[in-house]
Amino acid sequence: MNEMKRENIESTKYDIPPELQGQVEITTIDKIYNWGRRSSIWPLMFGLACCAIEMICTAASRYDFARFGMEVMRPSPRQADLMIVAGTVTKKMIPTIVRLYNQMPEPKYVVAMGACASGGGPFKEGYNVVSGVDRYVPVDVYIAGCPPTPQALIHGLITLQRKIDAQSIKKVRWYRKEPIEAVPIPVLGPDVVDPHQYAIIHEQAKKLHEEAVNQAAETAPAETA
Amino acid sequence: MDEQTAVPFIDVTREVDLAARFPEAVIVDVRKEYEGYIVNRDRLIEVATAIRDELGYDYLSSVTGVDYLPDGVMEVVYHVYKMTGGPGLVFKTQTPRDEAVVPSLVPVYPGADLQEREAWDLLGIRFEGHPDLRRILMWEGFAGYPLRKDWQEAYFEEEGKPFKNRWPDGQVYRIEDKNPYENNVQYPADFIPEEYEPENDALLYDSLKRSIRGRDPELETDVVMVNMGPQHPSTHGVFRIAVALEGEKIVALKPVMGYLHRNHEKIGERNTFLQNMPYTDRLDYLSSLSNNFGYALAVEKLMNVRPPERAEYLRVIMAELTRISNHIFAIGTFLNDLGAYFTPALYAIKERELILDIFEATTGSRMMCNYFRFGGVTRDLPEGIAEKIHRLVYDRLPQKVDELDLYLTNNEIVRSRTEGVGVLTAEQAIAYSAAGPVLRASGVPYDIRRADPYSIYDRFEFDVAVRYHGDTYDRYLIRIDEMRQSLRILQQAIKDLPEGSIQEGKPQYQVRVPAGEAYGRVEGPKGELGYYVISNGKPNPWRYHVRAPSFINLTGYETMCVGNKVADVVAILGSIDIVLGETDR
Ligand code: SF4
Repeated sequence: MNEMKRENIESTKYDIPPELQGQVEITTIDKIYNWGRRSSIWPLMFGLACCAIEMICTAASRYDFARFGMEVMRPSPRQADLMIVAGTVTKKMIPTIVRLYNQMPEPKYVVAMGACASGGGPFKEGYNVVSGVDRYVPVDVYIAGCPPTPQALIHGLITLQRKIDAQSIKKVRWYRKEPIEAVPIPVLGPDVVDPHQYAIIHEQAKKLHEEAVNQAAETAPAETA
Repeated sequence: MDEQTAVPFIDVTREVDLAARFPEAVIVDVRKEYEGYIVNRDRLIEVATAIRDELGYDYLSSVTGVDYLPDGVMEVVYHVYKMTGGPGLVFKTQTPRDEAVVPSLVPVYPGADLQEREAWDLLGIRFEGHPDLRRILMWEGFAGYPLRKDWQEAYFEEEGKPFKNRWPDGQVYRIEDKNPYENNVQYPADFIPEEYEPENDALLYDSLKRSIRGRDPELETDVVMVNMGPQHPSTHGVFRIAVALEGEKIVALKPVMGYLHRNHEKIGERNTFLQNMPYTDRLDYLSSLSNNFGYALAVEKLMNVRPPERAEYLRVIMAELTRISNHIFAIGTFLNDLGAYFTPALYAIKERELILDIFEATTGSRMMCNYFRFGGVTRDLPEGIAEKIHRLVYDRLPQKVDELDLYLTNNEIVRSRTEGVGVLTAEQAIAYSAAGPVLRASGVPYDIRRADPYSIYDRFEFDVAVRYHGDTYDRYLIRIDEMRQSLRILQQAIKDLPEGSIQEGKPQYQVRVPAGEAYGRVEGPKGELGYYVISNGKPNPWRYHVRAPSFINLTGYETMCVGNKVADVVAILGSIDIVLGETDR
């Protein structure tokens, strides 16, 4: 790969004394840090639906994403850097997905693979389907397709690598002073409840009540008449 | 299915008129294009017992409910078959909509267990006497019974597609813009989120405790409850298993599903008939072409069309290639589950890729083929593909199947992990409505391609693969056998492939489906895949139900597991070979 060539790493303008040449490399922290991270992204072994089968095919010998340092799929979120949301996200499943996301250590990335994970896909109108995983967890890369072919998945993963390359250690969220807030876990009530939406739910309930009262008021005189 | 079955003498070949046999309890269903009988619900158990014992319909294939909203009734539809083969029998029972109660048939046909739970969950039909009536696909506490015709989802737009206008005033809109939460949710007016207490699986653990059996009275141990999934690498997706353990021994087990419930049936009833075809691809996403097959058969029955010869052959070729690709993948992942981490799976996927190439060339997609049409198929084989299939089924695949057989079948670890583990006897398999490889590995030679042939399967020479121990090992072996038989069919089909058209009449986007009901079933790779479709003459099906083998094969899962060690849970599940898209639909 291009970035691994010496001239790319040694891109800073420092002169290396002749006697040290070939033994010392100088680069920026960002570059070497990102290079290390982007070349060993460990995905969470986590498949939701049809797209997961294409993910497995991508891992298998014909497409083989080991070429990009991603073959170490971890079944435990504690050891994973990347969550490939491969499949339809359902309401029944979303609390688990958010919990898994919270359990992954920083730095962590999310790839929404396929139409379903990106926005609900063919099943969007279903009563148990979440309109895209980004309603609950932040997504870094979206991959189109139903299912995306292995080539498309690899393209998405390369896009993620580019994103990592562009990050700076000074700005990334996991080195800031303030703690990173966990994503609140949705609750399975009469429908799935996003804890961010409590206020809207109250407002809406009030509206429904008013409507009911108004309607009662409208129909009441008619009855007496 | 124990002593009761031992009725003195049954002449199962005799046709019996059920209405004459039970004059007060049974009437013939005379609605136009409907078949079967309507049974008075008070005498349902009695009649069902007679159907099983006197008429010999020992296999309950499918149970589902239908909401006849305009008539104010709920109907429960049962499809039963004889394990000796032949066409089936349909009987129904009706109950008022607002007080929907029907006696449970679990005592007669234990295979009704999960299916009745599904009808309760989605249609709100209560089955009296059901041992464990909990919601199954949705969670406890979910508001409403979504498959009822008057229940509307949060993103509701119109009763049926095609929607009238998505571009009012030249502006396209997204449905979330019309929802107050800008999300796919809706709540009852009295819902107060802060005070809501989720149910937290109390019912599940209750039921788990109740079904504990086979404890060792000598051992003084606590029973430990273990949850596996929904995120677990060996559940093949998002499936959850709650197990009760005594030491390492399983004393009770409950499958928990619905994590991939994508509302196939609700969406299917809003779609037009043809729009459902690509959705069937996504049921059992490892074998999309067989899924197409069943649905096409059901609707073709209603429309009364048959595809031309060449299309029939293409269908069979595609379905059998699908079976091979499914079984080879199933064996790969099964070995994964046994701990042979990924190597066999890589060999399996390599062969599967070659089959996918054929699908991609022919249908345009690797996995979601959307290939069948009512009365035909979409495309003919492109140039060179027939030869490719020829080479594959005559040379390469037979060799590769032998290779898998050679490497795996006598592997010591495979044998010691699987032989005698997870036994399902023939009686149990029939009673639990197990289908496909699970049924046949238990010694029941029932294959719809032979027992009740559809399409042109009666023309091919092949054997019904059968094994007799009913254990995990036999369920592995039977897949190898079936691949060999599929190759035989393929070899004949590709040799005899006739020339001709591939579509009866003109291809149409909007088909006219006359009113009536139809049940189309095929022998899918996972087992009997059935589609129950009701049309009322409109562009959308009134009822669209899928009898999913992955789902119903799980009915006997607890029986297979109890008494085994906890590590076997994974091996047994792998040998049933479920796909969650189909289990949860
Ligand atoms: S995007 Fe398509 S292939 Fe992927 S999970 Fe959704 S329906 Fe399945």
